Amino acid sequence: MKKYKSIYLHPFLNRIITKDLMKQYEITFIIDPVLPGDEIKTAGKAYEKLLENEGCSLVHVDEMGLKQLAYPINKRNSGVYKAIEFQTESGSVISKLELALRRDERIMRFLTVKLDKYGIKYNDDKRNGKIGNKSRKSDGKSESEGEFQVKDDLTLIEGVGPKIANLLVVGGLKSYKSVAGASQEDIKAILSKGGSAYALHDPSTWTQQAKLAADGKWAELNALKEKLIGGVNASSEEE
Amino acid sequence: MASRDDIKFLSNPNIGKDKKKYCRFKKFGIRHIDYRDADFLLQFVNEQGKLLPRRITGNSLKYQKKVAIAIKRARHLAMMPYVADLLK
Repeated sequence: MKKYKSIYLHPFLNRIITKDLMKQYEITFIIDPVLPGDEIKTAGKAYEKLLENEGCSLVHVDEMGLKQLAYPINKRNSGVYKAIEFQTESGSVISKLELALRRDERIMRFLTVKLDKYGIKYNDDKRNGKIGNKSRKSDGKSESEGEFQVKDDLTLIEGVGPKIANLLVVGGLKSYKSVAGASQEDIKAILSKGGSAYALHDPSTWTQQAKLAADGKWAELNALKEKLIGGVNASSEEE
Repeated sequence: MASRDDIKFLSNPNIGKDKKKYCRFKKFGIRHIDYRDADFLLQFVNEQGKLLPRRITGNSLKYQKKVAIAIKRARHLAMMPYVADLLK
């Protein structure tokens, strides 16, 4: 068989000839952290579904979890990051996806990037742990995933609003259990870190409430909540 | 006789030496700059979060442009600040 000398082809022609028409994109977005835990998940899942319905093949979904923002967005100081990497033949899905993201109030920011061949390789290597300090990367990942899964809705505690719940999560109290286990001084320290306005809140009954929530005693918690006004034991003040 | 260790230099003798800067991307064969790796990108900004010039970082033009794009993307996603004070 005669051997052909390889000739230079323009990358565009090369792609047509090799029928490699797939383009790879990566979309990163930030979901509002104040939503209840399962709604954050459904918000992220909705866009995976949207992409699949449009005939894209998902390469990888990276749940980066709750992260501190470098600057506040919509008065929030943290956000749940999620990145989806996908392949598609035409770019028409991008505008649809971005329109949906822009209309969605749960999404704080998003960024779509087309990956070149080096980007694809980089992300591949990163997933296989070939890039960067391995132990540091894998540790960080498991931690953030753990946070994401055990996150409870702290706002169910009487006296804790969305903003304080946010503060507690950032301060390391991510579940009912951890709140129940924390001392009052710890909670007060976290609150005062968030500003003088939060330092006024009285967390004396929060640990008790969190304990009931952690044990799943919702009926008892509701009974206790009725007695409480703004998280303070009203009956004890009367005595 | 005073040995060489006894001689006190009036100025830092390393100052005049010409230490050649190099582009780390070219040297280590890094082809892609990840905008989500904020710790890495922090090397290319000053304390206020501004981009450092090429004459300080030593990046080649090709990679300085890519660094700049990556940092701007990271800023948009709130992984790096647009303005900061005492960043490092």
